[in-house]
Amino acid sequence: MRYTPHTSADREQMLRAIGIDSIEALYQHVPATLQQRSKINLPEGISEFSVRQRLTRLASRNATPPEWSLFLGGGIYHHFIPSAVDAIISRAEFATSYTPYQPEVSQGTLQALFEYQTLICQLTGMEVSNAAVYDGASAAAEAVLMSRRMQPPKRRRVLISRALHPQYRAVVATYLRNLPGVELEEIPFAATGATEATEIARRVDDQSLCVVLGYPNFFGVIEDLGPAQAACSKAGAHLISVTTEALSLAVLKPPGEFGVDIAVGEGQSLGVPMSLGGPAFGFFACQKKFVRSMPGRLVGETVDVDGRRGFVLTLATREQHIRREKATSNICTSQTLCTLAATVFMSLLGKSGLRSLAEVNALRAHDASAQLQNTTKLDAVFSGPFFNEFVLRTADVERLFARCAEHKIVPGIPLKDYYLELADSFLMCVTELNQREEIERLVGTVG
Amino acid sequence: MSVPSANNQHSRARAPKLIFETGSPGRSGFSWPAEAGKIEEQIPVALLRNDIANFPELGELEVLRHFTRLSQRNFAIESQFYPLGSCTMKYNPKINEVIARLPGFAEAHPLAPPELLQGALALLHALELMLAEISGMEHVSLQPSAGAQGELTGLMLIRACLAERGDPRKKVIVPDTAHGTNPASSALCGYNVVQISSNDRGVVDAATVERAMDDSVAAVMITNPNTLGLFETNIEAIAEIVHAKGGMIYLDGANLNALMGVAKPGHMGVDVLHMNLHKTFSTPHGGGGPGAGPVAVTHALSEFLPVPRVIKRGDRFELQQDCPKSVGRVRSFFGNFGILVRAYSYITALGGDGLEDASRMALLNANYIRKKLARNYQLAYNEPCMHECIFTDRLQHRSGVSTLDIAKRLLDYGHHPPTIYFPLVVSGALMIEPTETETPETLDDFIEAMLAIAAEAKEAPELVKEAPYSTPVRRLDEARAARKPVLRWEPPSRADKSED
Repeated sequence: MRYTPHTSADREQMLRAIGIDSIEALYQHVPATLQQRSKINLPEGISEFSVRQRLTRLASRNATPPEWSLFLGGGIYHHFIPSAVDAIISRAEFATSYTPYQPEVSQGTLQALFEYQTLICQLTGMEVSNAAVYDGASAAAEAVLMSRRMQPPKRRRVLISRALHPQYRAVVATYLRNLPGVELEEIPFAATGATEATEIARRVDDQSLCVVLGYPNFFGVIEDLGPAQAACSKAGAHLISVTTEALSLAVLKPPGEFGVDIAVGEGQSLGVPMSLGGPAFGFFACQKKFVRSMPGRLVGETVDVDGRRGFVLTLATREQHIRREKATSNICTSQTLCTLAATVFMSLLGKSGLRSLAEVNALRAHDASAQLQNTTKLDAVFSGPFFNEFVLRTADVERLFARCAEHKIVPGIPLKDYYLELADSFLMCVTELNQREEIERLVGTVG
Repeated sequence: MSVPSANNQHSRARAPKLIFETGSPGRSGFSWPAEAGKIEEQIPVALLRNDIANFPELGELEVLRHFTRLSQRNFAIESQFYPLGSCTMKYNPKINEVIARLPGFAEAHPLAPPELLQGALALLHALELMLAEISGMEHVSLQPSAGAQGELTGLMLIRACLAERGDPRKKVIVPDTAHGTNPASSALCGYNVVQISSNDRGVVDAATVERAMDDSVAAVMITNPNTLGLFETNIEAIAEIVHAKGGMIYLDGANLNALMGVAKPGHMGVDVLHMNLHKTFSTPHGGGGPGAGPVAVTHALSEFLPVPRVIKRGDRFELQQDCPKSVGRVRSFFGNFGILVRAYSYITALGGDGLEDASRMALLNANYIRKKLARNYQLAYNEPCMHECIFTDRLQHRSGVSTLDIAKRLLDYGHHPPTIYFPLVVSGALMIEPTETETPETLDDFIEAMLAIAAEAKEAPELVKEAPYSTPVRRLDEARAARKPVLRWEPPSRADKSED
């Protein structure tokens, strides 16, 4: 059989060694009624060649670049990934190892995670980072739960921006549903597309756990976290920033410089393919004083018995395998190989490369936005500054999308399913991989 | 075989520097044509940052060499036998990696219109049906990112269902052999955890459940086979007791690799289970993920599953968002799709009979090791095991050698150690799961090493207690790491300051 190397002679010899005459004898204690109905009714196995043929056919039924021009963001972004990234994460030494519980033979993974934690701290301007969680949305939920652990019980209100990614808000709501007495309150957005600053200041008080803002938010708008931080700090609430487009942090003022308490987000932009939205990873950083309340794994530096530098999983007394029901989170298997991709990606691009890639995104997006508005068929909905995503309004979204589809263009994400008041609008994203010709083609189709 | 000892150290390559300690200002392994214009003209300067201080500056080869060298400091399935109990470190077929990287999958955007994602949605739909057939359950959600998130989702389904019946309950019963994620997920779902003991044969008695079960108990979480590698033979009786008192059975499917073609959870009275695709279905562990933890449920619980659901209408696949009783979303988009693709590829390659063969050979390999080591290591339970066998360090303890020492010494013999000190109910547990993809020759090598260590423990215990000798680093000071955590690199001057 495929992947099981046993010959019939092997089986015979092993059964003899065990002292039984059939494999069935190994599970004779399983009730017969269960055994009798255990057959798996799936088609027979097929050759590697046939698997490849069948799945290649299936894959071709998805519309992907370059055949299609996709101006899609909304939490997952199409960025260039240098070949070196996949070369490293494809190495079996990384891909086929387990969580580094035996540090003597896991220094590769552990050191890479230590470097990852450092890179995330540098990118976010925060003091500590964990070794990542599942995705940006669950990172946001874990951040709110962490705030809950640190705040006194009388604080029970979570203020969440309505301009935060709708799926992230949904995941936060799912996680909070299990916590009795925690209320979720949405803060509206202003004409700029940013969260209404006066509303944050008005609502945050001594009953508030935390304020959760997108940075940039779902509309692509770059929130000024300064006033929010001032209001939170005055009221004793935590400020949590949530970034869905991690590349933006290469040029934007990092959350740490605003003084946010917890900075989380989706890391897919940093060297991980879109892959229908997963797997990538959720980054999770905070101030150092909160470290013992953090969820997830942490890698720390130490020395071995001979005094050599080495790395280990540390502060494990926060974790489920030690603390069980008192753990800071239930998370176990996370997204390590994707954080490795990001570590290689950030190391390759480096200080100048990451910045110049982010600038190309911002400039090309602003140029496209201007060109589309010049057609007079589309208007910008929000006036706030943006990175590589923006919201446009048109007379008839459906008709525009249908016309674009004829030219194999998807101009963005219609917002009608997420915001009733934005039924005439869509969210458009432009990255370095949207070629100038594509943008011209889109402008031609619209105009 | 020459096995390293204190007097016979293998020369170790010099420890690699950190990426931040290499490179040179102005270097980069990347180029992209610049765009006309200046970012300061588009975004207010107050919202822009300076250069990222101390960020890496290296050339492409430097970066590759750095990470290649790091990789050489790892044990992995493709270079070592990796019998980690409860982790199912089986071979991760290469074809699955090729499939997941097909542009049609890797470059699919989750928010493209469903009519442009028909291939992906068809795969998700088909995988749900496959997992339902394998587990004997009726409906599946592929959204949870890993086992622990699957547990949380499964418990939320139970919670939602009981709440709808007007019978919200407060407690979850968890046996003492459970994975740590079980109590942690229960607590995260707002339940109080009640622990019950397994009996002297390592399984849960129906009578124990009966005593603990009342109308405040929402669910009993049970792992089958359990973490002692034993089939919970009373599972049907337990399910009956729990159901009669209005509770539900949650099955932790971490050990499903023992059950394919042997028994289906859906026939045991299970209401919800999660499966770890990175265990049973061969997707690579990646040094700690990504994985995937789909949940499978009975029909009664299906209306509570996370949204969106993939539904088939005619020959088209659509997304159903409007499920008023759903627990909601547990993560963004569709879960770890790339992992789901690999699992689909694996199941397609093996087929029903191949999966059944996998479980049988997993049992054969585990029992072979159990038999061959039983004279020199104390078995926790002297009965045939399923896919993993558990020993203790009782015999070695006489000379002061512990499970940790045995594990570390195995590294010198070139094998990854078993899972150690788990389950907690076995003192000094060594939990060995060889999986089905190993040859008897590899098992013999491992057995030989274990026997040699047993002999060393008697004759030269100090040798074992100071192992390993041949690894890139030796035993690390974990207490120091936790006492004064250093969780990131700092430029030298600042690091000096923080020492003060």
